[in-house]
Amino acid sequence: MAYSNAVREQFRNTLKEVEEAGLYKDERYICSEQGVEIVVEYPRGSKPIKVLNFCANNYLGLSSHPDVTAAARKGLEERGYGMSSVRFICGTQDLHNSLEKRIAEYLGKEDAILFSSCFDANAAIFEVLFDEKDVLLNDRLIHASLIDGIRLCSAQRDSYKNADVGHLEKKLEMWKPRARNICIVTDGVFSMDGILAPLDKIADLADRYGAMVLVDDSHATGFIGKTGRGTPEHFGVMDRIDIITTTLGKALGGASGGVVAGPREVTEMLRNRGRPYLFSNAVPPPIISAALRVIDLVSETTKLRDKLEWNARYFREKMDAAGFRLVPGETPIVPVMFGDAKLANDMARELLQEGIYVIGFSHPVVPMGKARIRVQLSAAHEKEHIDKAVDAFVKVGKKLGVIR
Amino acid sequence: MSDELKKKILEYIREEYLEDDSMELKDDTPLISSGIVDSFSMVSLKMYLEEELGIKMTDEEASTEAFDSVNSILVLVRKKLAEKK
Ligand SMILES: Cc1ncc(COP(=O)(O)O)c(C=O)c1O
Repeated sequence: MAYSNAVREQFRNTLKEVEEAGLYKDERYICSEQGVEIVVEYPRGSKPIKVLNFCANNYLGLSSHPDVTAAARKGLEERGYGMSSVRFICGTQDLHNSLEKRIAEYLGKEDAILFSSCFDANAAIFEVLFDEKDVLLNDRLIHASLIDGIRLCSAQRDSYKNADVGHLEKKLEMWKPRARNICIVTDGVFSMDGILAPLDKIADLADRYGAMVLVDDSHATGFIGKTGRGTPEHFGVMDRIDIITTTLGKALGGASGGVVAGPREVTEMLRNRGRPYLFSNAVPPPIISAALRVIDLVSETTKLRDKLEWNARYFREKMDAAGFRLVPGETPIVPVMFGDAKLANDMARELLQEGIYVIGFSHPVVPMGKARIRVQLSAAHEKEHIDKAVDAFVKVGKKLGVIR
Repeated sequence: MSDELKKKILEYIREEYLEDDSMELKDDTPLISSGIVDSFSMVSLKMYLEEELGIKMTDEEASTEAFDSVNSILVLVRKKLAEKK
């Protein structure tokens, strides 16, 4: 037993610092399935209340969709619960292969490879493809998992200001003579601001400087772009983005699973050398079966993403008219700005009492003085839900003096 | 010379790293530990100094501690300039 009192004390002090900085994560218990109308126990121990969920990544409303749960059940019944193996030993069913092919086709790429999560996909990819002869140029607001992946890799690295193509070009110019390969790394949609990376201009620069482009489209796959293929489709550059990483854990059913889609050599290298792929269990059959159904659903029609787009526009317009300050954009991620962290958190707490479940974000998750509530729309929201949310925002906003 | 050098470094950092002009930047503002300069892009500050001043810093010398404020950068850079002479 070396977990001495001194060690315990040390860890407790660290936790106290986390708490004092206002960063302690207090999990709220959901006592229902994921969806628009959920039952939440908060504060802990209080009587669970019915609220409308406006903070899930359930963009297409597929997390508890009857077709999806039915497909999961079918997968469970026909192919069992788990694989008890990594992919290359005895963890690959024919369905894993079918799903990879379907996703590749959906994203317009040669091939795709599944991971347990997009975090794992991002942790795997850089180390496999790049070394000290190469340079990775990343947007400064990329997701934590991309940062960790880049850290695991021996390539040289530099970053550019968020979505700033002028700054990116300077960096490309500077690094061009010093690199074998350059790869630009960005999120497709930045999840805290709900804005898009300018992939058309990034693709132009990539061509001009002979760089590759990797886009993490986790907050876009399934609904951004005319047919939901993601940010590259929105900018008309599907064939000019080399590698896409994305998740099954948000719009595409929301269970778990990550994807890398791109040239066949890339997926093959990952199958042979990607550490989170080689040394972690295969995605279980119920999820694979359900994900196949999800790909059907998002390929067959654009109904869900169209409704989501309508919902996002409707919510933005109403909130704008009510006098709230939003980060302008066209995604279903709608940051309502309060500046002050306490105000954002007070708003969120009072909104929950009004039956609207949203979360306040403050420093260091977002820059100092830019505290906000991030509202996320879903195709499962009906107009009445959105009206109710806006009414609650107006009521609480007036009470706290945010709007008049 | 020294003041000029300090001004140059401050200006470069302001231009390269600050998101908006309202942010305050002083000689002793923590750069890396505060997150103003992320460790990934510290390299461009190092390259800038090397090219601008004709010096070469090893990775050990250009540590995150040495680069954590304009003052500490100046200490390192002056040492390298003196070695050059
Ligand atoms: C941009 C981005 N990449 C990757 C991830 C991680 O995805 P997963 O939940 O599949 O690990 C997330 C989720 O938070 C994300 O927002």
